Amino acid sequence: METITDVLCPVCGSLCDDLIVDVEDNTIIGVRDACKMGEGKLLCQGRIKSPMIRVDGKLKEVTYDEAINKAAEILSNSKRPLMYGWSSTVCEAQKKGVELAAELGAVIDSTASVCHGPSVLAIQGVGLPTCTLGQIKNRADLVIYWGTNQSHAHPRHMSRYSGYSKGLFSEEGRKGRHVMVFDVRHTETANVVDEFVLLKPGTDYAIFSALRTILAGHSDVVPDEVGGISKEKLVETIERMKSAKFGVIFFGMGLTQSRGHHKNIWNAISLVDELNAHTKFTIMAMRGHFNVAGFGQVLTWETGFPFAIDFSKGYPWYNPGETAAVDVLNREECDSALIIASDPAANFPKRPVEYLAGIPVIQIDPYRNPTNELADIVIPSAVVGIEAEGTAYRMDSVPLRLRKLVDSDYLTDEEILDRILKKVRELKGAE
Amino acid sequence: MRNIKAKLITGRVLEQGIFKEEKMCSEYFDAVSVCEMNKKDMDALHIKEGGKVKVKSEFGEVVVRAKRDDGNPSGIAFIPMGPFANAIVDPNTYGVGIPQFKGLDVEITPTNEKILSIEEMIKSYGGD
Repeated sequence: METITDVLCPVCGSLCDDLIVDVEDNTIIGVRDACKMGEGKLLCQGRIKSPMIRVDGKLKEVTYDEAINKAAEILSNSKRPLMYGWSSTVCEAQKKGVELAAELGAVIDSTASVCHGPSVLAIQGVGLPTCTLGQIKNRADLVIYWGTNQSHAHPRHMSRYSGYSKGLFSEEGRKGRHVMVFDVRHTETANVVDEFVLLKPGTDYAIFSALRTILAGHSDVVPDEVGGISKEKLVETIERMKSAKFGVIFFGMGLTQSRGHHKNIWNAISLVDELNAHTKFTIMAMRGHFNVAGFGQVLTWETGFPFAIDFSKGYPWYNPGETAAVDVLNREECDSALIIASDPAANFPKRPVEYLAGIPVIQIDPYRNPTNELADIVIPSAVVGIEAEGTAYRMDSVPLRLRKLVDSDYLTDEEILDRILKKVRELKGAE
Repeated sequence: MRNIKAKLITGRVLEQGIFKEEKMCSEYFDAVSVCEMNKKDMDALHIKEGGKVKVKSEFGEVVVRAKRDDGNPSGIAFIPMGPFANAIVDPNTYGVGIPQFKGLDVEITPTNEKILSIEEMIKSYGGD
């Protein structure tokens, strides 16, 4: 048995890098120090066994060459292919995907568009006073979780980087930090913090506006209650923020997916910006998939834009609301879709899934999931971080290198995309 | 028929995360085919833990099991992210690219109707 230490976890945006994995006969037999999500993935045995093509309604096993050639044929013959997903694969594969999208004149988008896309829009508007998770671990004495349930979505975040962690200037750990949750539900995270503040759904924007107004010295114009929170509590919160040595707001889908979307985050960032006139304050998006942040980096350095890119004009065109995956599916525009490292059949609303079910769908993924049920071509890939290496960006945009732990006969995402790209170029050259 | 009006919140739960690479297993189905409400709202529906409810929005309806979670204020219903929540959320993106996953108006009623499997649900969308 071989024991591998300092293993990166290919699940959530925390990208924990301290797992211990036991390998015997090229199989992972034990995982230590991971959360349940990490353990679940690293020990998962349920894989798509072979490439498949749907014939008469049933998926039939074929070779990699047959599946890749058919995928290239579908994409080459499409007028407006959609290429969606990308968050659970590495930057090297994402880069190859952008090259393929440019070649095809496709729309390319990541799961950010149904997750932290609004955060990206806000950051483009007002910037981002942020830092690394290491700085928070070492310095933060006020930690606020807003619209995010750490205990369920990022189970080790609190112990490794935020509320519970011990750092260079925060030797007391949990005792030395004041930890707060703002949410519309009393979540499990709320059970383990100093203060839980219940707010009404869809009122985040108004609450940030009230906090900014109080910070600016105009509390006299703030109503007695905003979004279910008393004025007294809002004033107390601002005083606590101002008196912190180093504060941080971690925010999640509670802001991005609620009424107001990017404007909520715009307002939150503006509050944090203004707090820096009084003390050191930072803000960070709780990114979900382990490399959704990486796709934003890759797409930005390749095209200048972070998600929802339309290459149909021959150059990158960025306009979320028009060019995001759900936009083009809702408008029934795309005539084929390549889905990689994501599961829109489970995670998109019904209407775009219904449209997806009616067009040719190529799926590249290691695992069986609901998108399988509507895919016409299924191409299994090696699991990055387990069977393949590559670069991923943590939620604080720190790049880390995922390692290969066991050997596999599966092609990597990058190899599959490269072979599709070569075939597409061959088919286009023959036209 | 008893019913309550609620605001629907969707989001992650740990079990959904544990089995997200094995979504066709019963554990994932059990984790995402529920609607969490507090005791008061469940009493108003005369429904017990595990009883079936139909959750209906302007955009669709779905049958799931009721699950008690008193962390939800009265009038807040929570369905974990996944195919069941997505059967009823608002697909419109209102110029931002993101559908409306949280804060939807829904009506909840007890039901004896069947809870679809994930395969049946995708098939009903036109999947093969």
